[in-house]
Amino acid sequence: MEPIERHTIAVLVDNEAGVLARVIGLFSGRGYNIESLTVAEVDPENAISRITVVTSGTPMIIAQIKAQLDRLVPVHRICDLTDGGASVERELALVKVRGTGNKRVEALRISDIFRARAIDSTNNSFVFEISGSPEKIDAFIKLMRTLGLVEISRTGAVAIARGAKGI
Amino acid sequence: MRDRLLFDWKRWETMAKRKLSGSDIVIQSLIDAGVDTIFGYPGGAVLPIYDALFKQNRLKHVLVRQEGGAVHMAEGYARSTGKLGVVLVTSGPGATNAVTGLTDALMDSIPVLCLTGQVPTHLIGNDAFQEADTTGITRPCTKHNYLVRDVKDLGRVMQEAMYVARSGRPGPVVIDLPKDVLINETTFETGKKLPVKHKTYRPQIKGDNSKIREAVELIAKAKRPLFYCGGGVVNSGPRGSKLLTEFVRMTGYPITLTLMGLGAFPATDKKFLGMVGMHGTYESNLAMHDCDVMINIGARFDDRVTGLISEFSPDSKKIHVDIDPSSINKNVAVDVPIIGDCASVLAEMIKVWKEIKPRKDTKAINSWWNQIEKWRKRDCLAYKQSKDIIKPQYALERLQALTKDRDTYITTEVGQHQMWAAQYIKFNQPNRWMTSGGLGTMGYGFPAAIGVQMAHPKATVVDISGEASFQMNIQEMSTAMQYRLPVKVFILNNEYMGMVRQWQELLYGSRYSESYTASLPDFVKLAESYGAVGLRATKPSEVDDVIKEMLNNDQFTIVDVAIDKGENCFPMIPSGAPHNEMLLGPEDEAAKPTSEDGMVLV
Repeated sequence: MEPIERHTIAVLVDNEAGVLARVIGLFSGRGYNIESLTVAEVDPENAISRITVVTSGTPMIIAQIKAQLDRLVPVHRICDLTDGGASVERELALVKVRGTGNKRVEALRISDIFRARAIDSTNNSFVFEISGSPEKIDAFIKLMRTLGLVEISRTGAVAIARGAKGI
Repeated sequence: MRDRLLFDWKRWETMAKRKLSGSDIVIQSLIDAGVDTIFGYPGGAVLPIYDALFKQNRLKHVLVRQEGGAVHMAEGYARSTGKLGVVLVTSGPGATNAVTGLTDALMDSIPVLCLTGQVPTHLIGNDAFQEADTTGITRPCTKHNYLVRDVKDLGRVMQEAMYVARSGRPGPVVIDLPKDVLINETTFETGKKLPVKHKTYRPQIKGDNSKIREAVELIAKAKRPLFYCGGGVVNSGPRGSKLLTEFVRMTGYPITLTLMGLGAFPATDKKFLGMVGMHGTYESNLAMHDCDVMINIGARFDDRVTGLISEFSPDSKKIHVDIDPSSINKNVAVDVPIIGDCASVLAEMIKVWKEIKPRKDTKAINSWWNQIEKWRKRDCLAYKQSKDIIKPQYALERLQALTKDRDTYITTEVGQHQMWAAQYIKFNQPNRWMTSGGLGTMGYGFPAAIGVQMAHPKATVVDISGEASFQMNIQEMSTAMQYRLPVKVFILNNEYMGMVRQWQELLYGSRYSESYTASLPDFVKLAESYGAVGLRATKPSEVDDVIKEMLNNDQFTIVDVAIDKGENCFPMIPSGAPHNEMLLGPEDEAAKPTSEDGMVLV
């Protein structure tokens, strides 16, 4: 059995109606995994959106996913950021923590270590904004769990290749 | 000449600068693209298009009896001509009825444009009368689809859709047309050529030269080579088949074809080993298993071909030519992948072959052929002839013998009769064989035959059918009559869903659960009630007579052939078994029971 690999794939698509449904439908219809998926318009002038999808599978499945994505008519380009050399990957999360006394102080202290920012505060709660690699956010959330974690909102990973070259 | 008289250039030119309604743009775009026939059914949302159709005389419309039939007709039309098949249906049920046909066209890579009506844009999403989320429903069963919200986009979308449907790996494309878009007007330039370059969709036609060279060198050095070719060759046009035939003869190697590829290489040529796969010939499947170089051109390693994938052709280097990159390494990992159009790659392969003038390993090739001849001697398609009961194989052998000198097109439904037809009818040309290979749609063959006959009015078009499949689109009899199409429906009637019965016999202890077709109509009387010709054969001695009578009349004819009810389709690779574990006949069944793993597979 081939090993399961985690890949981050950037997909440039025409920002037209139904394009996200096409991509998601492809994954569900063919039984591929989606760990996270983010989408936003990156070139309003040419109406191009960038989808970043984190998926996992054997190398043969990953190759299939890329070929199947590339087959969709509104897709401009596919870029496997995991295969194509070094890349940086970031995710943003908003984390709500409720607590008083020591727990509250501890939450604030840990947020400082993780370079998270408190963007909302009441007498007994914080909302932290944290960005970084998905692993860093996982670690932060794990620590917050014992300190009164209430709610998490995550964007999913976005990624870009290192170096001067564009996609 | 007639066309030119009908076509008023003056009017055309003034119209070219005029404002046109959405409906006129639809019609004009089809005419501009050279479409001459469309298959459809009217309804509220498409009334504006039907009104525009009424006012012109260049597009012929075939009124079907159910939208499902329309798509299969368009498929038959497209597959027998290589042109685009066009369908026009209304919103809601019209569109949902077309879904099976669209999926069928997607699986078999058939270029179909399906125009669906839609409720007016301001009502979309309101659960309006006859509203369905057509683009949502058809997204996974089309190559691409469009919802046109503004009449200004319509001309471009029509052109784009036809380009997408026809180019690369062909497939069905849906354009959903809200009623207000059909009524609104805009300026429209007629006679505009299809765009040369699509914004994002640009299939690769030419194969990579170094890969082609690598492939040819591998082919030249082969000791036990085998060509394994499929529908991709047929789809790349008559030139594809011509080049394939040329290259295979040049190499002197054996070739097998998939169900979809039949006709891409002449069946009467000795190099042809017959069809490959679950019901393919013994020699084809063993050659697939034992070959050392497999040259796959335009086939996709379908599970019906590969059998047990872990034991599929274990010792071969595999070359795979396909226009669709997602077909490469999907089921089977290959050694030399070549992305490109089959005809283009074959032309290049021939060029390289001639250039390197390879010295083949003649000794090895000869002994390979000797081995193949030994397999061939098993005569896997032999059957026990009977004096009293018509064997389906016999009926088809006679049909083959009596139609082989005619201009014949064959369509089929799905099941035992389909496999027998694939085994016993010999195709020497492409585009002569229309069958639902990928989706396996019962009810495909009859409407497909109507579509074929529309495109080839003078040809002999036979739908080899079963009594169960025929009933799935039996309503189209009325269509065949309306357009006086001399389609022949050749029913191999065993009163069972034969393939279901066969599997129940092989895998489920002969518990024939719901596979008997009770209350069958009298097909002869049924034909007569439509004003068609009905014929029946119940004894082997009658077979030739009914076939001759069927071929000699120029009317829509149904032939009801009462065949052996217990006959099974052999040879057969039970699902989950490798190629070298074929069942050659009923004697083999007991010896090799199907494994539990195999039973899970379909």
